[in-house]
Amino acid sequence: MSKVFIALQTNDDTRPIIESILADNPHALPVESPAMVKIDAEGRLTVKRESISERIGREFDLQELHTHLISLSGHIDESDDEFTLHWND
Amino acid sequence: MQVAAVKEYAGTPRDGVENFHGNQLLYIGWDDHLMFCAPLTFPFPPTLRFGDIVEKVLPGAYGYHPDWARVDWSKVEWLKSGQPWTPHFNRTLAENGLGHKDVLRFRTPGLTGIQGSCS
Amino acid sequence: MDMQVPKKKLGLKERYTLMTRDLAWDTSYQPKEKVYPYADYEGIKIHDWDKWEDPFRLTMDAYWKYQAEKERKLYAIIDAYSQSNGHLGVTDARYLNAIKIFLTAVTPLEYMAHRGFAHAGRAFPGPGARVACMMQAIDEMRHAQTQIHSLSNYNKYYNGFHDAPHMYDRVWYLSVPKSFFDDAITAGPFEFIVSVGFSFEYVLTNLLFVPFVSGAAYNGDMGTMTFGFSAQSDEARHMTLGLECIKFILEQDPANLPIVQRWIDKWTWRGVRLLSIVAMMMDYMLPKRVMSWKEAWEIYFEENGGALFKDLARYGIRMPDCCEQIRQEKDHLSHQVWAAFYNYSAATDFHTWMPDEDEMKWLSQKYPDTFDQHYRPRFEFWREQQQKGNRFYNKTLPMLCQTCQIPMLFTEPGDPTKICYRERDYKGSKYHFCSDHCQHIFDNEPEKYVQAWLPVHQIYQGNCFPEGSDPTAPGFDPLAAVLEHYRLNAGRDNGDFEGSEDQRNFEAWRGMAKRND
Repeated sequence: MSKVFIALQTNDDTRPIIESILADNPHALPVESPAMVKIDAEGRLTVKRESISERIGREFDLQELHTHLISLSGHIDESDDEFTLHWND
Repeated sequence: MQVAAVKEYAGTPRDGVENFHGNQLLYIGWDDHLMFCAPLTFPFPPTLRFGDIVEKVLPGAYGYHPDWARVDWSKVEWLKSGQPWTPHFNRTLAENGLGHKDVLRFRTPGLTGIQGSCS
Repeated sequence: MDMQVPKKKLGLKERYTLMTRDLAWDTSYQPKEKVYPYADYEGIKIHDWDKWEDPFRLTMDAYWKYQAEKERKLYAIIDAYSQSNGHLGVTDARYLNAIKIFLTAVTPLEYMAHRGFAHAGRAFPGPGARVACMMQAIDEMRHAQTQIHSLSNYNKYYNGFHDAPHMYDRVWYLSVPKSFFDDAITAGPFEFIVSVGFSFEYVLTNLLFVPFVSGAAYNGDMGTMTFGFSAQSDEARHMTLGLECIKFILEQDPANLPIVQRWIDKWTWRGVRLLSIVAMMMDYMLPKRVMSWKEAWEIYFEENGGALFKDLARYGIRMPDCCEQIRQEKDHLSHQVWAAFYNYSAATDFHTWMPDEDEMKWLSQKYPDTFDQHYRPRFEFWREQQQKGNRFYNKTLPMLCQTCQIPMLFTEPGDPTKICYRERDYKGSKYHFCSDHCQHIFDNEPEKYVQAWLPVHQIYQGNCFPEGSDPTAPGFDPLAAVLEHYRLNAGRDNGDFEGSEDQRNFEAWRGMAKRND
């Protein structure tokens, strides 16, 4: 199974996002570089609106991710509640 | 297919010999001396004596290299378009059969650049 | 009294459908072929544009909202950076030379990408693709603007930043990025989107914007870090468009496969050649290094690109055939390209230098199989000569590849001691190439590439001197005339970093920043 990844800037807004991703995807692995973090995961990775909303204490709109994203890989499946990256192989 | 186009299309080559004011292009590379990062491009008239290139032009281009002074021209091997080739130093480029955009390489046996690294 | 009954909020998918497809219409006054004249000639068959799915489902209203937020953040940081003399906080003034290359070689490409996507958006008959291309066209314009704004701060203090658009159209090494993008935008809309949207954005831009920009942050360059990451946040959307586009084309008709495969082969190779300049920027121009080019290559091309091609295998797509040569070149690329720019440093708007002993150690460690054997002897020799006041400059113009337009500096696959020469006769003329892959690209469309504007040939044709020059006049200095034509200030912008005005100023200003005298 190939790896997907999502890379985010490291700042105050992304801290709870990164925490949520790591909590919701126990198989995911963060790799830190200056000013950014790249999160690798075998096969699939899901970002959940609810987990982030809980951490930040307000409703999070998953499209807010666009402001902090650096890069990603894999096919995208996006709904109001979940943003998933996956490969089909 | 010569090109993908909505209608019949032909390109005009930009580097025809007629654009070089009486010169033709000759490319020259010195094998195993990568200090000179790529082969060189020269514009020469077809009437130029081949020996003049070696005696008057190349020292300015390659003379910086410590191997240059050690080149034994009687032993140099020439390649034209990758095939062994023998120049006549007292004949012109045209008489040597050199045309526009021909490429020559020369090998200097025994000389392999800085500390033998082909630099 | 009327009661406003709140309507149930529409889901993301419904909103997206309403705001894209449902706003489109079919032509009635004119036949469709006349409205979309570029949709068919490349041979790609599309049966149902409604099958196009934009996975990000970003609608225009949301697009403006998030882009505006990114802009506000970016400009706040740029202001803070320039107000606090942030340029004196970079690790070393050598670093800024990488940023000069960025401004002259990358920023104009952003603008060309804007033009290309605007054209592709107009040319595609399907609304989903049109909206995605329009957003990307706006993004690319934003990238060009934010890069120019961020880097204009450096232009106040350092040499070589003063005339990027003029140089882009003239300076020899910039014909490499220029010809790359001119090739892409003069192709049809489908090839354009495969070339830039897929091969370049998906497979390759990560290498520029992720490790290099992280490197900028590491070297204290907040300006570049900010525009870089701000641009790359759009890039995630662009990559997704590129991938979606490939899947859509391949699912529409089996006859599309060989055409798409040829484009992927071509544009992967063209992109790899183009990125060779980024290889040297990472390995030689960042005083503090996050990772080597080779390591970045393994993560973003081999691992990530490998996963992508594995996924696309179900459509019949295979890895581009150039991948084997690319794998071999990763150990050599940055060294060979840096050596070439060192050769021709008299004719660039940035400085070059030889790495110091610590840097050579780092290179040996990162490239254990190649650096000490093939490159260290050359670089040590050059360093010694430079210290003796005999700095090497190659005074004769190089031979260029007809396709990628890079000097023929690449070595034969499997033999790093020999230059790779390839040639082809076409209609009675000879054409030369740096590699099999550049030659194949020419072979597929010779009528396009015979027109290449090769800077070396243009100089010898007399087309790169200031207007009114007389090359036959006594004492005419062709190199000086070419530099003047480039608007390059000889003695300030070019040559070795050691002894440059940039070096002196940076040291002096940094000293002043710590003292009150």
